[in-house]
Amino acid sequence: MKFIDEFRDGDTARRIGAQIAAEVQPGRRYHFMEFCGGHTHAISRYGVGDLLPDGVKMIHGPGCPVCVLPIGRVDLAIQLALERGVTLATYGDVLRVPASNGLSLLKAKARGGKVAMVYSAADALALARQDPAREVVFFAIGFETTTPPTALVIRQAAAEGLANFSVVCNHVLTPAAIGNILESPEVRKLGTVPLDGFIGPAHVSTIIGSQPYEHFAEEYGKPVVIAGFEPLDVMQAILMLVRQVNEGRAEVENEFTRAVNRDGNLKAQALCAEVFELRKSFEWRGLGEVPYSALAIRGEFAAFDAEKKFALDTRKVADNKACECGAILRGLKHPRDCKIFGTVCTPENPVGSCMVSSEGACAAHYSYGRYKEIPIRAAA
Amino acid sequence: MDDGRLNKPASRPVKAGYSRPLDFKHGRVDLTHGSGGRAMAQLIEQLFAPAFDNVLLAQGNDGTVLDLPPGRLVMATDSHVVSPLFFPGGDIGALAVHGTVNDVAVMGATPLYLSAGFILEEGFPLGELKRIVESMAAAARAAGVAIVTGDTKVVEQGKGDGVFINTTGVGVLRPGAQLGGARARPGDVVLLSGTLGDHGMAIMSLRESLAFDTEIVSDSAALHGLVAALLDTGADVRCLRDPTRGGLATTLNEIARQSGVGMMLDEAAIPVQAQVQAACEFLGLDPLYVANEGKLVAIVAPQDAGRALAALRAHPLGAQAACIGTVLADENRFVQMTTRFGGRRIVDWLSGDQLPRIC
Amino acid sequence: MCLALPVRVVELKGGDAAVVDLGGIRKEISLALVEDVRAGDYVVLHVGYALTKLDPDEAQRTLELFRAAGSGAPLHEVQA
Repeated sequence: MKFIDEFRDGDTARRIGAQIAAEVQPGRRYHFMEFCGGHTHAISRYGVGDLLPDGVKMIHGPGCPVCVLPIGRVDLAIQLALERGVTLATYGDVLRVPASNGLSLLKAKARGGKVAMVYSAADALALARQDPAREVVFFAIGFETTTPPTALVIRQAAAEGLANFSVVCNHVLTPAAIGNILESPEVRKLGTVPLDGFIGPAHVSTIIGSQPYEHFAEEYGKPVVIAGFEPLDVMQAILMLVRQVNEGRAEVENEFTRAVNRDGNLKAQALCAEVFELRKSFEWRGLGEVPYSALAIRGEFAAFDAEKKFALDTRKVADNKACECGAILRGLKHPRDCKIFGTVCTPENPVGSCMVSSEGACAAHYSYGRYKEIPIRAAA
Repeated sequence: MDDGRLNKPASRPVKAGYSRPLDFKHGRVDLTHGSGGRAMAQLIEQLFAPAFDNVLLAQGNDGTVLDLPPGRLVMATDSHVVSPLFFPGGDIGALAVHGTVNDVAVMGATPLYLSAGFILEEGFPLGELKRIVESMAAAARAAGVAIVTGDTKVVEQGKGDGVFINTTGVGVLRPGAQLGGARARPGDVVLLSGTLGDHGMAIMSLRESLAFDTEIVSDSAALHGLVAALLDTGADVRCLRDPTRGGLATTLNEIARQSGVGMMLDEAAIPVQAQVQAACEFLGLDPLYVANEGKLVAIVAPQDAGRALAALRAHPLGAQAACIGTVLADENRFVQMTTRFGGRRIVDWLSGDQLPRIC
Repeated sequence: MCLALPVRVVELKGGDAAVVDLGGIRKEISLALVEDVRAGDYVVLHVGYALTKLDPDEAQRTLELFRAAGSGAPLHEVQA
């Protein structure tokens, strides 16, 4: 597969790994946060950690939209499916998120709720078109990468005058989350979470461009390198971050030049601005209330806003007391620091959202990384 | 003296009642087909019996008396609920035959007889049922097994998914065969008979909301010939399994758990067709977890690995067989893998259903 | 949310629809979020929509940067 296989080449990986090892300063530790869930997954799945020298540590950030979805929002979706008789359409990742009363959308489906898994927002719209008697609600999640498709289907639904289609909008914004992490006392003042730089998200950046990250580099003095999605991209970005730290620079660099430029996709940005507006505040699981961090559907499209159409009220629901997802999402703790990791909380029985999504730090560590902590004896 | 009518012999023999032939063009399954009466008898007479065509079934009894060659008996059962019913490379009927034949074969037994239980949904087109039954018959013939007994039930419309099929198979253990999931030992070699993920992705390609325009073909096949070729070499094969639902990852984790060992796989050595790889990329799926219906995994003693691999490769169904890893001593029973990239990861049990990721 | 793939545009269909190819698999997707796309171009595909065009020259340059690792040359001198 072109533009994929070449970016996964093992020999090149070893060489870049050796270069990183050659350039890290002896005795110095480097802590980089990969913001994007896709990067978390790539690092785990390909075992990128094995090719890095000991002094370089990766911290998993909150860039997994499933992981940061508050329980109260999932409850809305379940309520719509079970009590309001709608067909609730959403992406596969959302179906297993554990919500209130021991339910998830998958469990709601087993109880008779109409829940449809779709691969694309367009599929949800198609469901509504196919059957005008069926009320379809699309539960939309995602960062800036996934927002434009939702904007498109809302605009299309408006153009077609579809009366049986609406959207619950949970779209969130990357720069707001990065800012929230950098503002947290542990990072800013206490220094208990050393953070030397960020690997910027790949595909979010194709939409928003590299410009929004410049603020963080300037204001907080942290370098940002936007990296492509493949493991070689991640390694190259780590090399570039090490260099910035060594040279005392805090700039925004772009490793993913084949798809990202400074301005981003203006057409997509304009489309989103037409359909969405900023919410004053939005609750993120693990981060709490974050100002101007999420989108709501504009008044002109109110007919397609499920929250208005069905008069929905989001309840604040606290996480399970033993669940450490909050701290893990902010990079303060590692999955193994959570008392219920791997015992009560497993991919089969996820207690918190970090374990549900395969990009969540806990699921990634459980599925790919646990061996690292347990020495294995070779063949007898 | 004339006693009257009663003593008059019949002038003609009594004609059998007219039995209308099944309408395979427009006819549909209805509730009478499962009620044990005439309609069901008709279904058997006009569809199942001629298709499966063997003396034992033709006896038409509730059960079938079997003559078995000497040796120990192996029995296996499988239920098939695949949707869609027809897919590139097969259908539920062929799958039902292959699945059970394979389960018997990987125990080291020669499959001989199958039973076939059908649960049909009211309204299911008879024409499609005919296609399925004839496909089963062809698969059974090719595999050298006979379908010797069966059952048919019909459920109301909406209570079934067209057709569900259960097959149970019996076979006789090859002399000396001692295969089992608990027999893997550190140092053993892990062999795979061919490419991963063909069946699962062939099915995914037809499902609503996940459509592709290029056909991926299911690998549904009977494996007992391949198994025989392998066992004929005399190689010390510890365990054979066919990685169906849950894929290779599930099968290897099962063996690791049963045997109390770990494994180390080499990703670069695992064969996956380029198209299947691309389809998995599209859907965010991992080929290690995707179902196969015509592949087998063999755990073999290290000194016999070369011989075993050669035998697999010499057989048409094993042309792309590969050595994909080794068994380790590991009390954690992890199945690990060195990635093509050069790093290491574990290959964990499948959690839930593989839902396509988007992110 | 990032799972996105580089795919090749094979055919432009009516409206914003296009057929793309990845390793022999074809799928119909939407080009509604991009402009000026022609058959033969590569795009980044996410949940059924092309997000942006992929620049093959930049891709090549990036691969060369990877290969330069280990040569000891500092980053800015290696850029083509």
